[in-house]
Amino acid sequence: MSKPGQISLLSFFIFNPTYGPKEGEEHKKIMYYYPTNVDIDTKIKQVGLCEAIITFTRTFSDKPCETLHTQKTRQVYFQPEKDFWMVMTVSVPFSEKTKDGQVSYEYHEEDVQDPVMEALLRQSYRMFTLFNGSIYYLLQKFDNNVQTLQTRLDHFFSRYVLTLRPVSSDLLDVFSGISFLPLDKNTYLKVQCFINVLESTFQQVKYTAFLYNDQLVWSGLEQDDMRIMYRYLTTSLFPAYLEQELQAAGMAPSPGTRHASTSNIGSVHYGKFVTGPPNVDNPKNMGKIPRLYVNTEEENEECLLLVYRALTASVCLLINSQHVVNFEMCTKLDQFLGQQLSNLASEISEQYSAKRPASSSMEPMYKYIYFNHMNLAQKSTVHVDSKKSSGVFVSQDTLKLLCDISSDLQRNNQDGETFVRTLTDCWVVGKKSDQREMVVVINQKNHNLIEVNDEVKKLCGLNFNSIFFQD
Amino acid sequence: MASDEGSHYIELCNSPIKFEPISKQNNVFYDDANQQVFTVRSGGSMGVVVKGPNDRGSITFRMEDRGNVNSMKFSPDRRILAIQRSPKSVEFINFHEDQTTDTSEYSQTCKGRSTEIKGFVWTNVNEIVFITGNGAEFYQINPDKRSLKNLKSLNLSVVWYVWMSRPDGGMLLLSSGQLANALQPVYFIQGSMLKLPKFEVDLPALPKQPKQSLLERDVTMAYIYGQLYIIVLRHQPRPGAVGAEVVLYMVPQQKESPAKKTNVLKLEMSGRFAINVVDSLVVVHHQASKTSVIFDIQLDGDSDGFVTNHFPVVSPLPIKPFKMYLPTLNIQQGQDKMEYNCELYSANWIVFQPNIVIDAKLGCLWSVELKLEPLVTMIPDKCRLVKFLLQRQKSKVVILDVFRQMLMPGMQVGLPVISRILDMLNDGYMQYLDQEIQALAIEPSSQQDPRDRVIIDQSDMYTNVFAVFEDNSKIPYKFKVAVLIEYIRSLSQRDIPVQHYVYELLINTLVHNNCFYQLHQFLQYHVLSDSKPLACLMLSLETEYPPAHQLALDMLTRLATANEEIIEVLLSKNQLLPAVRFIRKAGITDTVSSRKFLEAAMNTLDKQLFFTVFKFFQQRNIRLRGSPVFHPGEHCEIYVKHFEELFGTDAIPQSVAVS
Repeated sequence: MSKPGQISLLSFFIFNPTYGPKEGEEHKKIMYYYPTNVDIDTKIKQVGLCEAIITFTRTFSDKPCETLHTQKTRQVYFQPEKDFWMVMTVSVPFSEKTKDGQVSYEYHEEDVQDPVMEALLRQSYRMFTLFNGSIYYLLQKFDNNVQTLQTRLDHFFSRYVLTLRPVSSDLLDVFSGISFLPLDKNTYLKVQCFINVLESTFQQVKYTAFLYNDQLVWSGLEQDDMRIMYRYLTTSLFPAYLEQELQAAGMAPSPGTRHASTSNIGSVHYGKFVTGPPNVDNPKNMGKIPRLYVNTEEENEECLLLVYRALTASVCLLINSQHVVNFEMCTKLDQFLGQQLSNLASEISEQYSAKRPASSSMEPMYKYIYFNHMNLAQKSTVHVDSKKSSGVFVSQDTLKLLCDISSDLQRNNQDGETFVRTLTDCWVVGKKSDQREMVVVINQKNHNLIEVNDEVKKLCGLNFNSIFFQD
Repeated sequence: MASDEGSHYIELCNSPIKFEPISKQNNVFYDDANQQVFTVRSGGSMGVVVKGPNDRGSITFRMEDRGNVNSMKFSPDRRILAIQRSPKSVEFINFHEDQTTDTSEYSQTCKGRSTEIKGFVWTNVNEIVFITGNGAEFYQINPDKRSLKNLKSLNLSVVWYVWMSRPDGGMLLLSSGQLANALQPVYFIQGSMLKLPKFEVDLPALPKQPKQSLLERDVTMAYIYGQLYIIVLRHQPRPGAVGAEVVLYMVPQQKESPAKKTNVLKLEMSGRFAINVVDSLVVVHHQASKTSVIFDIQLDGDSDGFVTNHFPVVSPLPIKPFKMYLPTLNIQQGQDKMEYNCELYSANWIVFQPNIVIDAKLGCLWSVELKLEPLVTMIPDKCRLVKFLLQRQKSKVVILDVFRQMLMPGMQVGLPVISRILDMLNDGYMQYLDQEIQALAIEPSSQQDPRDRVIIDQSDMYTNVFAVFEDNSKIPYKFKVAVLIEYIRSLSQRDIPVQHYVYELLINTLVHNNCFYQLHQFLQYHVLSDSKPLACLMLSLETEYPPAHQLALDMLTRLATANEEIIEVLLSKNQLLPAVRFIRKAGITDTVSSRKFLEAAMNTLDKQLFFTVFKFFQQRNIRLRGSPVFHPGEHCEIYVKHFEELFGTDAIPQSVAVS
């Protein structure tokens, strides 16, 4: 998977110490274990060791143990629900050195960042609950049948673990923020009214979220639910869908405008279900409709997620699973959404493209990541795109530095600033004001501290003049 | 007859002008220019009584009986009475302010030997036009000299004429030609006579029948939506067509172009009709069926690009029946008055423009009035209903009522309909606001909208609609929020600033239902415009929703006039250093009250923080006055003492060693 010497996932397991307290029953504690091909003794040993560490450290602090650093590994602990522990182990990167003909390994402990690893672990739990509900909810649902829980965990994590990429995880995973689409008031109100009409026409639709590309415009879900669903949409559902569309486009010409032939001119629309029936003319195929668990109005509310997309605008409809989602409803939704969403999407794109040139014309000599803890708004010019698939504009070292500065600022509750000059003569500045954070990389080798400070002020004036962001 | 209440949308006013009915001795004239009824007893020798809805009391006087009176009309200022008794001349009597008359009359004969006066109209105070068979003669009267001067004449062979007066003059329509269908509009305005382009009314060509000429009684004029129209009734428009129609010719504002046929109102009935114009609606009374219909030329209709065809707004219904006390005919019964069911659509009715019905036998003059409430249930399409109501005067209460009803549980209409109606209401609101602004730009009192349109502003909506539905717990909050957002959208798209109370209502609704995240998103996208009251409201929500604090601070920052408030917020949170940095950035260090900061710093019990803040202000003192000592007016003694207690007197430099 990864080059030797790079950070890589060694193990990932979930256990509950109360399930096998007696000797000889230790294996009962293990709820899930990756890698699967290790023998049961190793699993028991590993779980036992973790349990021991957790119990041991408890004597020193009220807070549970978070990480264990060793020379070659890093272990992260997370207790998402009572008595359930999630543990992830990664290897510490190393480099080979030859000295006097002898090969030695040098381990770079500082290259594994605890906040990032913790974030990955937390995120994997939230992703699990998004599709399954909380662990205790599952137990309750299945009459405390631990085996069913194990099956569920296995079903989910056996695939999810493979998507974990400790190498390319960074500050953005820690923030796990949401990118909001900048939109003028009137267009935003139009989107709002569109959603209101949608929800009043289709009473089954309980929550709606509206996205344009990978940017959020509106969420009827609570912040925390939206945060994880946003993650799911932007890192999993949308990329997979786009790839599938791309392939389809290669095979059949003009896939989008399927309504062009069936209805009269002028009502051509580009609406399609992303989840749900792939073709509204074929009632036999309902497609895949994900089942999600959200906590917006009640805990572990089971909903079906229908996603409908026109051009690059998507509406996510969450329908309480008490209601039946049938083909007839989907056709009605398609009729309602198709035209309107296409119109809205093109209106937004007009505004979007009108704004674009201004930012690209002047190549900024700085890159920044901004995050607001209050609304989870996140913005990054460090990354090529939000999916992080196309890489970053700064060096890996600088990226790690950004994360370190950020966690420093967070640990200190006061507002403040940190200025760092890197080995490559780059300036990195971290700022925190109330609940907002920003880390900036300034690529001006000859600047002194005062000049850098002025640069940051200029940047804030340019980008954050409408908020209370202190300098 | 409560059950009957809802089925009539036209009524006659309940206080008619009563006059002595027409009889052998008693002649009755109506002057539609001044809206006055003249009852003339025995040619005037037994007295003349003049009554009208616009006159406070009636005018009574006597005049010599000099023969049969054909017509009599007061000048617009009621100071000269013109009487026509012969086809050759018109006589005048001057009136004094106390309504006593000069004893003697003076007169003016028309020009030419064979000319006959068909009638006369007052075009202005002291200006009169005689309409003769040969045209029109325009005179100016000098009442003091008791003489008339011919200003202008118009030569045209006239069959009949129609007159419509306006406050500044009037429009005379002269008919000529063999079929009397060549119409010549002549516009009169103070001292001048303006000929507008002549036009022809197309007459229906019926097979095997000679063309019927255009009759005077089928032609009227009226203002509809501030625009002058010539209204022509066509009994049989086309061969084979069933039912009469009303054709409207628009008289253009630009005087060069001739009147143009613009609208056709389909009556789908035939027989005798009479036309009124009430509140810019064309009301057509049909005698045979005893019903009336209304047409609204702005409502709906299909156009062929030139002419728009209209059908009645609602189905024909009779005028609301009513009873009246009238002098009884049976004196034997000892009653002098009896209740009569008034006969509607009586053969004795004469209809005048714009909205007058006279029953000369009964001696009554009514104005025709529109009842809006019954129409609410008769027009089921709410958009059409509101569009119709918005064009009416005095419809505000009804519209607000309709809108309120639309939101009530059980009667709720869909959001798209609400959206469209809100847009309609706000279109009018925006036009009104624009006019207000324009009126401010140019000199006041010059611009006046002739028609007072119904304006439904935000306070109307708030008090009559939103405040009511806010309290209704049966309406789901989602619907309330959706309606409010629709309203804000509609206003915002028209660049109308939204009032704070509308925002407040939205915020309260969201807060009461714990929709903080939604509220947060609205603020993030500036759906709720920034204001100090809104920022304060957000601050008050902080305990329930912590991010409200950040939102409030951001808003205050954007307002740029709220430095004081920002300082207060920061100090109240014990954010001393951010507060100090803020005043430094805002450049207001020299003007803020240092006491406020020192007090807050002392209260934190953080020695180091207090030291820092204290030193900061000392430095300011040095910069301002060359000494670190606080100005006595700042009342900082107790903080100086506190500082001394903490850090000793030595920590305070007594004076600065600057020369």
